[in-house]
Amino acid sequence: MPAPAIEFRGVSFARPGRPRVLDHFNLTVEAGDVLALVGRSGAGKSTLLRLVNRLLLPDEGAVLVQGRDTREWEPIALRRSVGYVLQDVGLFPHMSIAENVAVVPRLERWSTERIASRVDELLELVGLPATEFAQRWPDELSGGQRQRVGVARALAVDPPVLLMDEPFGALDPLTRAELHAEFRRIQSHLRKTVIIVTHDMGEAFALADRVGVIEDGTLIANDRAAAVAASSDPRVRRLLDAVPVIPRA
Amino acid sequence: MTRLFSFWLSHRSELASLFGQHVLLVAGSTLVAVALGVPLGIFAARRPRLASPLMAIASIVQTIPSLAMFGFLLPVPLVGGVGARAALVVLILYGLLPIVRTTIAGLRGIDPSIREAGVAMGMTPGELLRQVELPLALPSIVAGVRVAAVVGVGSATIAAAIGAGGLGEYIYRGLSMVDTTVILAGAVPAAVLALAVDAALLWLEKQLSARRRSGSRRAVATIAAIVAGVVMLSSAAAARRASGAIVVGSKNFTEQLVLGELLAQAIEHDAGLPVDRRLNLGGTLICDRALVSGDIDVYVEYTGTALTAVFHQPVSNESREVFETVRTLYAKTGRTLLPPLGFNNTFAILVRGADARSRGLRTIDDAVPQSARWRAGFGYEFVERPDGYPGLAKAYGLRFPDAPRVMDLTLSYRALAAGQVDLIAGDATAGLIKGLDLVQLEDNRHYFPPYDAAAVARAGTLLRYPQLRTALERLSGRVSAADMRAMNYAADVEHRDVAVIVREFLARTR
Repeated sequence: MPAPAIEFRGVSFARPGRPRVLDHFNLTVEAGDVLALVGRSGAGKSTLLRLVNRLLLPDEGAVLVQGRDTREWEPIALRRSVGYVLQDVGLFPHMSIAENVAVVPRLERWSTERIASRVDELLELVGLPATEFAQRWPDELSGGQRQRVGVARALAVDPPVLLMDEPFGALDPLTRAELHAEFRRIQSHLRKTVIIVTHDMGEAFALADRVGVIEDGTLIANDRAAAVAASSDPRVRRLLDAVPVIPRA
Repeated sequence: MTRLFSFWLSHRSELASLFGQHVLLVAGSTLVAVALGVPLGIFAARRPRLASPLMAIASIVQTIPSLAMFGFLLPVPLVGGVGARAALVVLILYGLLPIVRTTIAGLRGIDPSIREAGVAMGMTPGELLRQVELPLALPSIVAGVRVAAVVGVGSATIAAAIGAGGLGEYIYRGLSMVDTTVILAGAVPAAVLALAVDAALLWLEKQLSARRRSGSRRAVATIAAIVAGVVMLSSAAAARRASGAIVVGSKNFTEQLVLGELLAQAIEHDAGLPVDRRLNLGGTLICDRALVSGDIDVYVEYTGTALTAVFHQPVSNESREVFETVRTLYAKTGRTLLPPLGFNNTFAILVRGADARSRGLRTIDDAVPQSARWRAGFGYEFVERPDGYPGLAKAYGLRFPDAPRVMDLTLSYRALAAGQVDLIAGDATAGLIKGLDLVQLEDNRHYFPPYDAAAVARAGTLLRYPQLRTALERLSGRVSAADMRAMNYAADVEHRDVAVIVREFLARTR
């Protein structure tokens, strides 16, 4: 049995002078799983992701990625093996779409030819034909197109782990539904280990195999999507009632 | 207008050289300010606690008037003194503030999510800086460089005061000769240069903000090529100083410009040595400091000025004695005072030429009997100074019926010529004495301290070039007060070219 892709062991974390965001938090994500973490704003969801790629270190406990404590990882190597799709995309406005996608491969000193073919492949994968989009600029793209570029950029060096922070939050419902379908298609090919954080239970069901619910710094539910949808816990029900979406079977 | 163009035409090689020096001063100082200011701004942007005091210091530096800054730097070793080096230091200090400020502003203005994306993607701090932060802050930084360069073009004109050359030389020369054409000859190209620099960098800024990287690369390359080209042309134009040239200095008024040119032509012609002219170097102390530091090799000083202003000795009225005292003091500090040129630029008691001829007036004593019926007109300073009117009246027993009329010195010449007053105290070598047909009465009781003009040179330079000493000694006794007046008149009143005036004088007296 291989080590879980990501593991939180009794992790506590607080911003200096603020109450604890995470309190002895435990979580295991198996390789190839898509886990959606749902919680209200300020529940500590983004903090969780930043603990995975060592943008933050835990005050107590340990975060393990591929079986290794993030404290033991060399931070640069860790971050390059963990794709990260940000809430507000964070595309570099001074780089073309192709250059944005090529950032990590260039940091990894790939050859020019290898980068070029990889960029074409990725843009194709996220539904933005390279011939049309490679040489365009971030400010010329729609929000949905930018988010697709964000996904392509995160996947560039084929990292085993992908972290997504409210990835489709700012999009209109139609575009969001389109991208949800697109994500499932891509994931069915790539089988990455994915953690998505969102405040929207509907999005969680649309994207994830497993759904976790965070409240007050601890995990109050963590199960297969269908099981969470049937939960009788009133705290989980409140979130479910907010967005009555039927889960995938 | 026509005068301006003909001035440029007749001075075209000098103009090119001054323009070149100006560009080099600005380009050099701006490049160094960028090399220092951008890293400083990066450093400060990451340490907010440091940024505020740093900006405060930079702002204070900025508020020091540039002329005062040159003054502060004069006695500072290595960076101070006179010449291009000190000017570069001052211009760099001025350029730092806008560059540091815009670097900080540019870096702080970057969207935090963009920076976070870079970190999360596994960029090292260096990679983040080079690939994300600097490119995004670049338009802001270029805006700072533009401010620095444009301010630099203006400040560099002031650098002429400490002999750094540049277009300011014309401006200062024009100011000291009260010649608008000469002022414009420097001011117009400086303004054009400032506008050109502003336009070019503004264009670059716009190209960079357009976020089109390939386009901005081309823009940066274009500007870099232009700067490189201009700097190369400028260096060629500015390369006035041949190696081993004798550097001749002068103070910043017409007579000194004429005397500086006189030394220069005498050295070129008689000693056969190349000369670098650093004329118009501000006041006595700047020239003295430049001579001590070796920035200049020779200039003309007045014995009375050297005695009081340079060596702080009490005044003496005995010309020979003053000369010997000053010569000894100079010798003790590694400098050689050459024999006097032949005129004494002291206070001159002046009367109308017509009166002097009709009444046979030659000395001040001759005028004493007339004073009971005369009106006198003096400048403010002469009325107040102990060695001015009070002492003069006592020494000669002058008694005017009314108190002397106090008026502007320059106006007093005209007042005398127009018959409003009958006797004034002017400068012995003023060009107007000749222009207005005035006559200087001899100070036969030696009341005024002597201000004999004499070249003072670095002893080391004289030893190295014996022919230099010979050439300078040949000027001894050759320039009478009347000669000096005539040359000042030609420059001040007739606005003739100083180099031509001196060439004619040397040819006439050779």
